[in-house]
Amino acid sequence: MVQNIIDVRNLSKSFDISSKEPGLKGTIKHFFRRQTKSLKVIKDISFEIKEGEIVGFLGANGAGKTTILKMLCGLIYPSEGSILVSGYLPFRRKENFLKNITLIMGQKQQLIWDLPPIESFYLNASIYDLDKFEAKKRIKKLSEMLEIDEELFIPVRKLSLGQRMKSELLAALIHEPNILFLDEPTLGLDINAQRNLRKFLQKYNKETNATICLTSHYMKDITSLCKRVICVHEGAISYDGKLNLLLKKLSPVKEILIVCRTEEDAIKLENSGFTVKNKINNEITIKIENNSITSSLKTILNNFDIEDLFINEPPIDEVIGKVLIKNNYDI
Amino acid sequence: MNFRKYLKVYKKFLHTSLASELEYKTNILVDLITAILSLVGSIFLLSIFFQNNGYIGGWKFEQALIIQAIYTILNGITNTWFNPNLTEIVKHIREGTLDFVLLKPIDSQFFISLKKINPSGFLEIMLGFLLLFFCIKINQINLNLSFLTLSLITISCSICILYSLWFFISTTTIWFVKTWNAIEVLRSFLYIGRFPLNSFSFSLRIFFSVFIPIAFITTIPSEVFLGLSVLWKILLEVIVATVFLINSRKFWLFALKFYSSASS
Repeated sequence: MVQNIIDVRNLSKSFDISSKEPGLKGTIKHFFRRQTKSLKVIKDISFEIKEGEIVGFLGANGAGKTTILKMLCGLIYPSEGSILVSGYLPFRRKENFLKNITLIMGQKQQLIWDLPPIESFYLNASIYDLDKFEAKKRIKKLSEMLEIDEELFIPVRKLSLGQRMKSELLAALIHEPNILFLDEPTLGLDINAQRNLRKFLQKYNKETNATICLTSHYMKDITSLCKRVICVHEGAISYDGKLNLLLKKLSPVKEILIVCRTEEDAIKLENSGFTVKNKINNEITIKIENNSITSSLKTILNNFDIEDLFINEPPIDEVIGKVLIKNNYDI
Repeated sequence: MNFRKYLKVYKKFLHTSLASELEYKTNILVDLITAILSLVGSIFLLSIFFQNNGYIGGWKFEQALIIQAIYTILNGITNTWFNPNLTEIVKHIREGTLDFVLLKPIDSQFFISLKKINPSGFLEIMLGFLLLFFCIKINQINLNLSFLTLSLITISCSICILYSLWFFISTTTIWFVKTWNAIEVLRSFLYIGRFPLNSFSFSLRIFFSVFIPIAFITTIPSEVFLGLSVLWKILLEVIVATVFLINSRKFWLFALKFYSSASS
């Protein structure tokens, strides 16, 4: 049986936030008497993650995804509740725990700006107590997987965002961690760079059985990497389960564009009891519930003269977008 | 603590920060010229003070030069290690890059205090030592083992006090986010440390000894050089340095509990 590598129970986090009224009066008031209030950004959440799982955290900006990741890797102390990651209390940041994890943030970098990435890799290798031979071996292996070569010897400031991100990944994985926390790793990357990064993460997960916790606003990252998603809404978990179940729940119907041989056939189809979205000449778009697609298509093909048909999946961004504004999905 | 690992990491720190600085040759050259001009300017200023008075606060010009030499060494150390690293703490906290430091299996205080060096500060340290050797000669100071040991102890304590004060102020960034001004105030106090403590009024002497122990940083090591030191002062400096160093460490570990990281 696969072990739980992350165990979170009744976790909450509050921050003291100061607010300021607009204008000069507000500024002066804010300077002399700062008003702060305690804001609960994570509210009593519980979940488990198994070894080797890739889990996507979904939610709107400010929902609390990054705060959860930062508590999981021990950067932020929880206000209430308990977290166990790989058997450790993360916020104690024990050496063996830190050797097991890594955090990659799309918008922050750890590489030394003025030097080629290779210098940062060897610095990290010495921090993780790797000898030169082992470090060289790992750099070679990871650079092959990431498909970077000459870039290793060019100063970071001269690399493109995609090349820099690959180098960041290499720097963050040189110690071969078995838990990866990725906070919007594809942010700002072009489509090819995003695809390469996803391919690499899939390969890394397959080869090392590493557990990956990922936040991203690019739905392609989530759909191609994660079977399971945890939706966070205003600091609470609104859904935790399989991605395909969520998609089915959120999008119970499919749109089917049917091209009939003649317009008469299209009119006949329009009046046959299906929910019609629109009809243009001999082309008609109908909506069919997911669970009756096979039987409905059989009926259509048997009773009407059909030239062609297309099943359209609703755009994933649109579907997932509903998660960002709604709450409580009972699947 | 694995000292072999820390030594290896420190060698890497030296290598990477030297390599980073050497990327900008002109900047290094300007820094070196500034270090020389700053020392010449300071000695010139000191000589103006002594032009009409043989003694200031009971110190002759040749003796006051020792304080200048120790100040130059300390300023060199400040510019080599403290300035590039401890001012960076503020940036790390404001921008949230402290996250990367805290997730490394290495002591975070070691990492953020020693990661960078500014090579031009080395010249200042060398100039300070040259001036110190010159002062030893003109003040006819007898170099013996006890003198060297005491000088080493007091200068090391001065470095510890200065580091702890600076580190303490930088740590408060975790709550106050921006503390550049406080660090500038500390630098100005250090600037005051170029002058003998006796040249200030009684109330200022108390302030610089008790509240901001600048007096310990330059005056006590200088007194050792001139044979004017008394044992209780040296012991007091050792105690102050130990208390400051231990508390700066405790304060850092305490402050980290309140680190909330920057939003992404």
